[in-house]
Amino acid sequence: MLQAIAFYILAAVTVLAGFLVISARNPVHSVLFLILAFFSSAGLFVLLGAEFLAMLLVVVYVGAVAVLFLFVVMMLDVDFARLREGYVQYLPIGGLIAVLLLIEMIMVSAAVAGRGAAAGREPVAASAGVSNAEAIGRVLYTDYVYFFQAAGIVLLIAMIGAIVLTLRHRPSVRRQKIHEQVGRRRKDAVAVISAPSGEGIGE
Amino acid sequence: MVLQTWLTVLVFAPLVAAAIAGLFGKRIGAVPSMAVTTGALFLSCAIAWWNFYLHTWGGQHPYLIELFRFIHIGDFTSTWSIRVDALSSVMLVVVTTVSALVHLYSWGYMAEDPGKPRFFAYLSLFTFAMLSLVTANDFMQLFFGWEGVGLASYLLIGFWFHKASANAAAIKAFVVNRVGDFGFALGIMTVFWMFGTIRFDELFPLIPAAADRTWNFAGYSWSALDLAGGLLFVGAMGKSAQFFLHTWLPDAMEGPTPVSALIHAATMVTAGVYMVCLLSPLYEHAPIAAQIVTVIGAVTALYAATVGLAQNDIKRVIAYSTCSQLGYMFFAAGVGAYNAAMFHLFTHAFFKALLFLGAGSVIHGMHHEQDMRSMGGLRRYMILTYAAMMIGTVAITGLGIPGLKLGFAGFYSKDSIIEAAYAAGETDPTAMFAFWIGLLVAGLTAFYSWRLAFMTFEGTPKWAHAHGHAHHADDHATPAQIETHSEPDLSHDHGHGHGHDHKPHESPAPMLIPLAVLSVGAIFAGWFFYPYFMGDHNAAFWQGSIWGLGGHETVGAESLHPSGTDHAATGHGAEAAAAGHGAAEAAHGGGHHDFPLWVLWAPVVFSLVGTLAAVWVYLLREGMGARIAATRGPLWTFLYNKWFFDELYDAVFVRGARFLGDLFWKGGDQRIIDRFGPNGAAWASLFGGRRLSRIQTGYVYHYAFVMLLGVAGLLTYVLFNARDLFGG
Amino acid sequence: MTIGLEHYLTVAAILFTIGVFGIFVNRKNVIVILMSIEMILLAVNINFVAFSVYLNDVSGQILAMFVLTVAAAEAAVGLAILVTFFRNRGGIAVDAAGMMKG
Repeated sequence: MLQAIAFYILAAVTVLAGFLVISARNPVHSVLFLILAFFSSAGLFVLLGAEFLAMLLVVVYVGAVAVLFLFVVMMLDVDFARLREGYVQYLPIGGLIAVLLLIEMIMVSAAVAGRGAAAGREPVAASAGVSNAEAIGRVLYTDYVYFFQAAGIVLLIAMIGAIVLTLRHRPSVRRQKIHEQVGRRRKDAVAVISAPSGEGIGE
Repeated sequence: MVLQTWLTVLVFAPLVAAAIAGLFGKRIGAVPSMAVTTGALFLSCAIAWWNFYLHTWGGQHPYLIELFRFIHIGDFTSTWSIRVDALSSVMLVVVTTVSALVHLYSWGYMAEDPGKPRFFAYLSLFTFAMLSLVTANDFMQLFFGWEGVGLASYLLIGFWFHKASANAAAIKAFVVNRVGDFGFALGIMTVFWMFGTIRFDELFPLIPAAADRTWNFAGYSWSALDLAGGLLFVGAMGKSAQFFLHTWLPDAMEGPTPVSALIHAATMVTAGVYMVCLLSPLYEHAPIAAQIVTVIGAVTALYAATVGLAQNDIKRVIAYSTCSQLGYMFFAAGVGAYNAAMFHLFTHAFFKALLFLGAGSVIHGMHHEQDMRSMGGLRRYMILTYAAMMIGTVAITGLGIPGLKLGFAGFYSKDSIIEAAYAAGETDPTAMFAFWIGLLVAGLTAFYSWRLAFMTFEGTPKWAHAHGHAHHADDHATPAQIETHSEPDLSHDHGHGHGHDHKPHESPAPMLIPLAVLSVGAIFAGWFFYPYFMGDHNAAFWQGSIWGLGGHETVGAESLHPSGTDHAATGHGAEAAAAGHGAAEAAHGGGHHDFPLWVLWAPVVFSLVGTLAAVWVYLLREGMGARIAATRGPLWTFLYNKWFFDELYDAVFVRGARFLGDLFWKGGDQRIIDRFGPNGAAWASLFGGRRLSRIQTGYVYHYAFVMLLGVAGLLTYVLFNARDLFGG
Repeated sequence: MTIGLEHYLTVAAILFTIGVFGIFVNRKNVIVILMSIEMILLAVNINFVAFSVYLNDVSGQILAMFVLTVAAAEAAVGLAILVTFFRNRGGIAVDAAGMMKG
C-alpha cells in the first residue's frame, strides 16, 4: 500500500519534472527541473531495491552532469527572448508522433509484463544477506571486467576530447615554457660585441 | 599451254601496270608511269587480237582457264577464271584496243596535267576490271568486274577533284550505279536460289527446264526466270545508263575526254549489253523480261536522241548519242537478236571512241572550250580532226546503200538491229514498237550528229572575239588554267603568247594516231566483220556462246550468200557449250529471209532525212538553230532540261531521302531516342537529385525528426504483425 | 494495488517520449536538446533496472551503470562542443546551423 503511494508520487514528480524541463522558458529552470527528475528517479530505484544505482544516479548524474549543465548555462550569455520563437510550429505533428510512439510503447510494456519472461514474478531486489552493492561488485569485476575497463577508457577519451575542444590560449596571459628556459644555450643568449669606448652600440 | 599463259598476262598486265603507276608514280616520275601502263595495254591489245584471230580464222574452240579459287561456301563457289569464247574474244578486242588507244591519246591530251601517273593508273585499273568482267565464268567475278569498273569510273570522273562539279558528278555516277547494282545483286541471288550455282557453264544447261518455275509472293505467282532476268536487267540499266537510271551519264562528262571515250562510250557502258547477251539463254526463256528490255531500250534510244538535239556542250551531245545507241543495243537483245546487239557494240566502240577522241582533239585545240556555240569554222585549222569526225559521223548515221551492202560501220550494225526488230515484230508488239522507234531515232541521230559536225567545223567562226581570259559557260574542265596557266606547247609549230593568240590548232601526234586507227575501224569494221557476226560465218563464229542463233535472220545473210542455205541448221551445228538449241529454234519459228523492200531502205531514208534537215538548219540557213533555241519554246525547254529528269529525281528521291533522314534524325533520334535515352536519363537523375537534395536540410532536428518517424513506423509495423499477441 | 513491471515500464516510456519530443521541438536552445538526451538515457536506465529486478538478474543494473558512464562522457563532450559552437557563432540557436545542407 505504502509502496503504491510512494510509487505514484515519485512517478508523477518524475514525469512532471521531465515535462517542465523541455517547456521551461529559462534554461536554468530547465536544469533545475532536470535535477528534480533525477532525484525522483533515484527514489524509484530505491523503491525497486537497487539502492547502489540510486546513489550512483545522485552522485554522477546530479552531482556531475547536471551541475556541468548548470555551469554551461550560466556561462553562456544567451538571449532568452529569442529562444522561444518557432516553438509552436512543429508542435502538432511532433506531438502526434510522440503520442503514437507512447501508446505503442505502453502496449508493448503491457504485453511484455503480462506474457513476457518476467510475468508473474515478484520483484526480488536482493538475495538474503547480500547487499545491492555487493551483488553488483561480485559480477562487475569478474564477468564484466573488460567492459569496466572499456568504460574507463571511454571516460578518459571524453575528458581528453572536452579539453581539446575548449582549450584556448589567451594571448595576454603570460606563461612559462620551462623546457625552453632550461634548454637555453650561451650562444643564443649572449653576444660579445667589441665597442669602441665612448660610442656605444649602434645598430 | 602458251596461249593460256598469254591470256593470263592479258588480263593481269593492266593491273600490274596500274599498281606500279599508282603506288610508285611519284617516285618513278610521269613518263615511266605512262610508259609502263601504255606498254602493258598495247601488249594486252596484241594478245587480244591474236586470240581473236585464232578464234575467228584459226578454228579455236571455246575453253576455260581456271586460275584460283575465290570463294567457296557450301554450294556457293566462285573460281577466278578466264572464259574464252566468241563473246569474250570480241569484248577483249574491243576493250584492249580502245583502252590502248586512249592511253596513247592521253599522252597528248593530259600533257600539262600534273596528275598523270594517277590518271594512267586509274585507266589501267579500269581496264583490268573490265577485262575480268568480260572473262568471267560466274556471277561473282562478273560482279567484281562490275563494281570495279564502277569504282574506276568514279575515280576518273572525279579526277579533277578540285572541281566541286566533278566530285558531285562522280558521286552521282556511283550512286545511280549502286541502285542498278542492287537490282543486279538481287538478280544474282535469285539465280542462285533457283539453280544453286552461279557458274555460267553449269547454269545455262539448267535454264530451259526451269522455264515454268514460279515464285509466290504477295498473293501472286511470279515467273522466276522473268524475275531473275528483270532484276539482272536493272543492273544493266544502271551500268549502261538506260532510261530511269541514265541521269549520271551526261554529268560524267566532267571527267577528262579520254575517260569519256574509254568508259562512257566503248567499254563500261557496254558491260550491260554484254551481260544481257551473255545471259541470252536466260532471256530466251524469260519472255516478259525480254520485253521489258526491248521497251526500255527503245524508250532510252528515243529519249536520248531527243535530248541530244538541244544540248550545246560537245561532249554532252556525244554522251547522249552513246545513251541512244545503247538503247539500240538493248532492244536488239530484247527481241532476241543478240548477235546484232554485239555487232553494234563492236562497231559502236570504234566510231563512238573516234567521235569522243575527236571531240577531245577539238577541245584541246580550242584551249579547253567545250561549248559548240563558241566554235565554228574549225575545218581550216584542224583538218585531220575534221576528217576523223566526219568519218565518225557518217559511221554513226549509218549511211550506206542497202542493196549493195556497202557502207560505213554503223550502217551494217544499225540496219541489222532494225531489221531484227521488224522480224520479231510479227509476233511481238513490243518489237514492232521498237522497230518504229528505231527508225525515228535513226533520223534524229543523223540530225544531231550532223548538227554537231556543222556547228563545230563549218560556218562562221564564233570564237575569234570570245576568247581571252574569259571562262566560258557550261562545263569547263580547264586543267591548264587551274594548274599552270601555261599554254600547251607539245609539238606545236606556233608559239603562243599567253592571252593573246587563241587560234585553234591541230593536236599533237599522240592524239592523232588513235584517231587514224579508229577511223580505219569506223570505216571498215562493219563491212569486214559482218559475215562473222551476222552473216553465214556467224555460227562458226559464235559457236553457241549466244543462244537462239539462227532464229533471227537478217537480210545480210541472204544477200551475201544468195544460195539460200538453211541458216537455222548451221546456226546450231556448233559445239554444244550451251545445249538445247533445238528447243529454242522451234520457239523462234524459223528465220525471215524476206524483208519487204521498204524495211530495207527505211533506215537509210530516215537517216538521209535527218542529214538533210541538219544541212538545211546548220549549213544553209546558218543561225536558224540558234534562233530556234533562243525562242525558248516549251519543246526546246523540255528537251534542253533533259525531260526534267534531274529535277524529278531531286524532288522525289533526294528531297524525299533528305526529308526521311531529317525525320528520323531530328524526330526519331533526337526527340525520341535521345530524349528518353541518354539525355533523358541524365536529366532525370539531375532532376531527381535536385529534388532529393532538399531533404538534406542540414538541420539536425530535421534528421532527428525523421529518425523518430522511422522508429514510430517500424514499431507500428512490428506490432501490427504481432497483433495477436495483444489480447487482453 | 500492486505495482507491477508495467508501471515502471510505463513511466520509462513516458519519460522517453518526453525526451524525444523535446529534441525536435527545441530548435533555438541546444542545451535543452542535451538535457532531453539525458532524459532519454534516464528512461532507459529505469527500464533496465526494472527488468533486472523482476528477472532477478543483476546484469541489468550493471548495464545501467555503463549507460550512466557513457551518458556522463557524452554530456561532457557535448557541452564542450556547445561551448565551441557558442564561441564561434555567438548564440546557441541551432536552426541557423544549416551548413550540412545537401
